[in-house]
Amino acid sequence: MVTAPTRTRKIAARGSILPGFGLSLGFSLLYLSLLVLIPLGALVLKSAHLSPGEFWAVVSSPRVVASLQLSFGAAAIASLINVPFGLLLAWVLVRYDFPGKRLVDALIDLPFALPTAVAGITLTTLLAKNGWIGSLLEPIGIKVAYTQLGVGVALVFIGIPFVVRTVQPVLEELGHEVEEAALTLGASGWQTFQRVVFPLLIPALITGFSLAFARTIGEYGSVVFISGNLPFKTEIAPLLIVTKLQQFDYAGAAAIGVTMLAISLVLLLAINLVQARVARRLGE
Amino acid sequence: MRPALPLPRQAVRRRAKGQSAWVRLTLIGLALAFAALLLVLPLVTVFIEAFRGGLGKYISSLSERDALRAIGLTLTVISIVVPLNTLFGIAAAWAIAKYKFPGRSLLISLIELPLAVSPVISGLVFVLLFGRQGFLGPWLADHDLKIIFALPGIVLATAFVTFSYVARELTPVMQAQGQEEEEAALTLGANGLQIFWRVTLPGIKWGLLYGIIMCNARAMGEFGAVAVVSGHIRGLTTTVPLYVEMLYNEYNTVAAFASSSLLALLALVTLVLKSVLGRKKGAL
Amino acid sequence: MRSILTLLTALVASLAFAQNVTLLNVSYDPTRELYTDLNAAFAKYWKDKTGQTVSFNQSHGGSGAQARAVIDGLEADVVTLALAYDIDQIADKGLLSTDWVKRLPYNSTPYTSTVVFLVRKGNPKAVKDWDDLIKPGIQVITPNPKTSGGARWNFLAAWGYAKRKLGGDEKAQEYVRALYKNVPVLDSGARGATTTFVERGIGDVLLAWENEAFLALKQFGSDKFEIVVPSVSILAEPPVAWVDKNVAKHGTLPVAQAYLNFLYSAQAQDLIGKNYYRPRLPSAAQKYAAQFPKINLFTLKQVFGTWRETQAKYFNDGGIFDKIYQPGQ
Repeated sequence: MVTAPTRTRKIAARGSILPGFGLSLGFSLLYLSLLVLIPLGALVLKSAHLSPGEFWAVVSSPRVVASLQLSFGAAAIASLINVPFGLLLAWVLVRYDFPGKRLVDALIDLPFALPTAVAGITLTTLLAKNGWIGSLLEPIGIKVAYTQLGVGVALVFIGIPFVVRTVQPVLEELGHEVEEAALTLGASGWQTFQRVVFPLLIPALITGFSLAFARTIGEYGSVVFISGNLPFKTEIAPLLIVTKLQQFDYAGAAAIGVTMLAISLVLLLAINLVQARVARRLGE
Repeated sequence: MRPALPLPRQAVRRRAKGQSAWVRLTLIGLALAFAALLLVLPLVTVFIEAFRGGLGKYISSLSERDALRAIGLTLTVISIVVPLNTLFGIAAAWAIAKYKFPGRSLLISLIELPLAVSPVISGLVFVLLFGRQGFLGPWLADHDLKIIFALPGIVLATAFVTFSYVARELTPVMQAQGQEEEEAALTLGANGLQIFWRVTLPGIKWGLLYGIIMCNARAMGEFGAVAVVSGHIRGLTTTVPLYVEMLYNEYNTVAAFASSSLLALLALVTLVLKSVLGRKKGAL
Repeated sequence: MRSILTLLTALVASLAFAQNVTLLNVSYDPTRELYTDLNAAFAKYWKDKTGQTVSFNQSHGGSGAQARAVIDGLEADVVTLALAYDIDQIADKGLLSTDWVKRLPYNSTPYTSTVVFLVRKGNPKAVKDWDDLIKPGIQVITPNPKTSGGARWNFLAAWGYAKRKLGGDEKAQEYVRALYKNVPVLDSGARGATTTFVERGIGDVLLAWENEAFLALKQFGSDKFEIVVPSVSILAEPPVAWVDKNVAKHGTLPVAQAYLNFLYSAQAQDLIGKNYYRPRLPSAAQKYAAQFPKINLFTLKQVFGTWRETQAKYFNDGGIFDKIYQPGQ
């Protein structure tokens, strides 16, 4: 029988008297450690097999730098493109009614539900020289498949749900009162949007951008078919990791992996901070 | 700041969009065009390419021994990964939602970690741990255990990638649920399991299903991580996405798209379920 | 789930009274079509002969990468790779007997091939021979010698040409360095290189296995590509072997041995010729003589020595290839 003071202390510590704390937390930590922390530790450990000098030599070699530039650069540009288009889609889905609206709303998540390899071969087939879209663009001199443009298109496809799904709930919460108020004060539609609505959406847009960015940095399956994989031109960083693995340069692969991970973690932190600000702003 | 009489919604909408249906129609048109090009077109292409050789070729592609084995392998993998990650998700969400403890925010961030890791790196970490030249490699070889190039490796890599989905989905739902009902049940003499089963579960069931659907979709479609650990042995360690890649690289485009169409169908089912469950979840 | 369990059970079950046996053949990159044909023929032959049903699992990739995979735990029953060194590597790790070469006829090479050029139809860049490959503005596609067997044969063929024509190893190294300056991307295997050249439209000339070049013509039409035969090339001898440790574990030694011996039979050699590999058996070689271009061929031994020496000097870490290849210039 637990004595009253001990019980109180326990409640004070945990904020709840519900049973199962030990079990749930214990299992969670065990699973987390075995599946996530230890393997990631192996990654860091393996790259530590290289001396700092060697590590730097691998990571700063021109080919690796070029691949990181491509992976991060294409991800940034694609996610930036997704911001206005994602906003447009979210706006249209929340504010208007039109036939097929439910269908479009459901389809927004397609890039998430569709396996990346399928997306990869499909986009390549569409955009290659003799594909439906590629054959229209080729005569006017636009090559999409096997170029950096192709990489960008694939990443835009992958990132779309992140922006739309982040902005939608915010728009829905926003309601119409604020706009109505602005209108009664004599503002035009555009002014209302620009001065009243858009500023309230900025946090969500930033979050959406960051989520899309984080996802598309490491994207492999949908890009590796359409990119052409030319070093210094269209070789993405994950592919370089695979190439190093195939040559059994485990340490080199680990070094690139750790670098990518470090940058991604910084981003994750930024996302969490932005989300905190967004939450405060909207008074969650 | 409200107008004396509430304006009808239509009027507000019209006013808000610069007085005319033109703006509204343009925006809808643009959004639909973007959605059609980026989302509908690829989806449709999968099926068109799959049936390019006629219905007979479609069916024969899918009933090939290696295709069936790939499907079997994918099903085996998800039958292990999804329940495990669901169990973890429930445990972690319970611990986070119902208690306060030091390191709670750290745990939340760590759960999000796999989402920021490139799929290739997710596979790489297990090769570094269990590959012949990995940390546990020699030990595994001595005991004749195979992880990489075999089912366990694929399961681990897939579990890593889909680690977060159920937990992320459930945590806010459980948090919204609060603790009162469970505490009430506790005072009435229920034990932990009864509390969970009778009180918690009914309240979270839509969120739980939603999370399971997401986890399942991602697990079935995972490509990069599995490509690194699998060894690409046809009929033995190729999941359906890997099998699609193999066929595509062998110029067997029709068969590649036939298998892709299965994955695309699954994606569509996922989208429908997501839509339905999303509404049920919101209604609670 | 059941099919995987059945497969595992079949592998583990003993030989004599098992109804089904499965062999894992780990092969190099371009041989998919070849082994599809050979495996079907052998399965029928074996069934007729012993009543046992044999099924095959195939794995294809760059020869070097495949060898390392087998060393890393990929449980091949037989390896059918692009060059002897890759099998030597596996033998060195104790997985297979070090006297494997003599276990089968012709130093365990049931077929040979060589290196030719594949160009776009009409040969717009007028590539006639090896010295055209170093012209400025020409893009050459060849795979990565670190992972691909075909890539190493390509390298050695080029070196062998230059050594003879230009006189000596130093000149040859300059030539090969200039050649790799014209290479925009290194795929991991011969099939990958073909894909890059044919499907992605990258490059002006592909250095290809002879069999791969013919296959490309067949698959994609001789109205799109043509084969250019260089003045001299190397005789490539891809060997085969069973992996002692794995067949002992799986109990598949008799079938594996029978399978590899079958590759020398008249039926198999005919299929080999049909798939554009040069058969060893004189009767088959004669039958298919007309389809293969006449090339002046030198052997590895004539110009370079043994594979162990060659691999160490040219392709291992810090070797000549590492000194030569700087991507992206």
